[in-house]
Amino acid sequence: MNKVELTSNKFVKGLLVNRYPQIAVFIVMLAGYIFAILAGIIGTPVGSHNFSIVFVWIAWWAILILVAVPFFGRGWCAVCPIPLPGEWLQRGAVLSPPDKKPKWLNLRWPKALRNIWLQNISFLLLALFSSVLLTTPNVTSIVLAAMLFAAIGLSMIFERRAFCRYLCPVGGFIGLYSQAAPIELRIKDKAACVTCVGKPCYNGSETGYGCPWDVFPGGLTKNTYCGLCMECIRTCPHDNIAINLRPFAADLVKPSTRLDEAFKAFIMLGSAMIYAGVLLGPWGALKDAAYNVDTNAWFLYAIVFLFILFGILPGLFTLCVLCTQSFISLKQYFASLATSLIPLGLMFWVAFSLSFVLTNASYILAALSDPLGLGWNLFGTASTAWQPVLTSIIAPAQTLALVGGLIWSARTAQKAASEVRISAVPVILYALAATLLMLWLLL
Amino acid sequence: MTKRTVWLLLGLVALVVAFAPSPLTPDTSTHDTHVFRIEASQYAYNPGEIAVNPGDTVTIQLVSTDVVHGLYIDGYDLSLEADPGQTVTLTFIADKPGSFRFRCNVTCGAMHPFMIGKLNVGANVTLYRAIGLVLLGVVGAMMFAKRNA
Repeated sequence: MNKVELTSNKFVKGLLVNRYPQIAVFIVMLAGYIFAILAGIIGTPVGSHNFSIVFVWIAWWAILILVAVPFFGRGWCAVCPIPLPGEWLQRGAVLSPPDKKPKWLNLRWPKALRNIWLQNISFLLLALFSSVLLTTPNVTSIVLAAMLFAAIGLSMIFERRAFCRYLCPVGGFIGLYSQAAPIELRIKDKAACVTCVGKPCYNGSETGYGCPWDVFPGGLTKNTYCGLCMECIRTCPHDNIAINLRPFAADLVKPSTRLDEAFKAFIMLGSAMIYAGVLLGPWGALKDAAYNVDTNAWFLYAIVFLFILFGILPGLFTLCVLCTQSFISLKQYFASLATSLIPLGLMFWVAFSLSFVLTNASYILAALSDPLGLGWNLFGTASTAWQPVLTSIIAPAQTLALVGGLIWSARTAQKAASEVRISAVPVILYALAATLLMLWLLL
Repeated sequence: MTKRTVWLLLGLVALVVAFAPSPLTPDTSTHDTHVFRIEASQYAYNPGEIAVNPGDTVTIQLVSTDVVHGLYIDGYDLSLEADPGQTVTLTFIADKPGSFRFRCNVTCGAMHPFMIGKLNVGANVTLYRAIGLVLLGVVGAMMFAKRNA
């Protein structure tokens, strides 16, 4: 399938270039985000009746992992409200043309931290406390507020969206999985970028800001670090930026050789499997350990959690790739072949989320009418009883997701292996073993 | 064999694996009666997993040891609620084979949405079919790669 340029349509292009539609969505999102923070603090402590839990961890999560990431890649980042207040402060403007004079400190992000290790760590911090985070409204509020203030603070110290690019716990995995999405922002003609004077897409111009994600669009080869903010479409003087519809997983044809991205793939794969066992399994002791964060059982849980992510999964993977002979370094083909775990991990999360979301979706209606759990009935749906939705299709849908994920992963492994001229079979067997374990946990 | 024939063949085998009657169906001429006493406490059932054969009569005695808990069985759409210290009983015929989650349907605390148990009625055919499809998928991917090499 060839690429289809969506921005060749004047209506689509106009919608993306115009700042007003985007700002309208931003304002709604920011209002929702602030309301979620407030709801967690002043609303009922019962998670399943509080807007902050129901709309963040059921509604938003469902949209993110089942729709936004698989089909729109970093589409969520394009409308995420977290960087907005900081960015407005940083720019000293909301909509007006940029002032070239830098506000605040405007420092470059430290070179040693220009990777996603901090995002891996921030995700793990949330993941280890996820049982509390997913169920306790005020903890969700604290985390949402902390992310907002961290983004504001970093905007005042560093240039561009340092929080989104290097620290956001959600942005890390969205970036990883956005490589599988059938949508991309790319340049049309490389020669136009080479000869372009001033590179306004990166440095900004009177028509828009320099790339907030610190990316030079002319060098974009994958979706991972492009936040789809559309600034480069506004600033490019040569109309050389396009949003394309493309085949799924087009970025994975050229595998990454970065260890931070490889470990992100293991962290996400392992976390999906651990959550499937702990949250959806019938083992009460595991739930107790994961929830009671002030106990020895939680410390043991945390150690096992980290050992699975950083010891067992990458260790077994290393053993698998060692079965093959290659002319390149182990680090390089370890990272290249780990690319094949990206579609597998994404489909593991889809399968996990299907069960979690469909069985708890009915809380959304009740929380819509009574978002704080204070006895309101704004839309007449406050008394909607809990009822799992579509339970008969959960297992078949999960099976389809996991089978599809494994085939997709096997095809990616074959392509990655051919790039480094080694056999893909050990990696496919690794993915098969992980899929069988996930099937056992979910079905 | 042409590429198209191979795909057609794999597709047909996948359909058989997914939908053919299961050879694992147990003898349903005799039906047993099972009584399970399930203790519910934040946020687990004990036992967390119960197994019966299709057609068996199942009686669940739900006992709550701390706060009010419920038990809702996915697929069967049956539920019951137990106040602390009280025992409530539900009897039904396990006429749908498969593996079903049962979960608390009364908000009982923070981890309530994850208070889950498992009812197995006969063999977990869905899991076996899924394993078959997964293996078939890997074989298909390998064959596709070999042919393209």
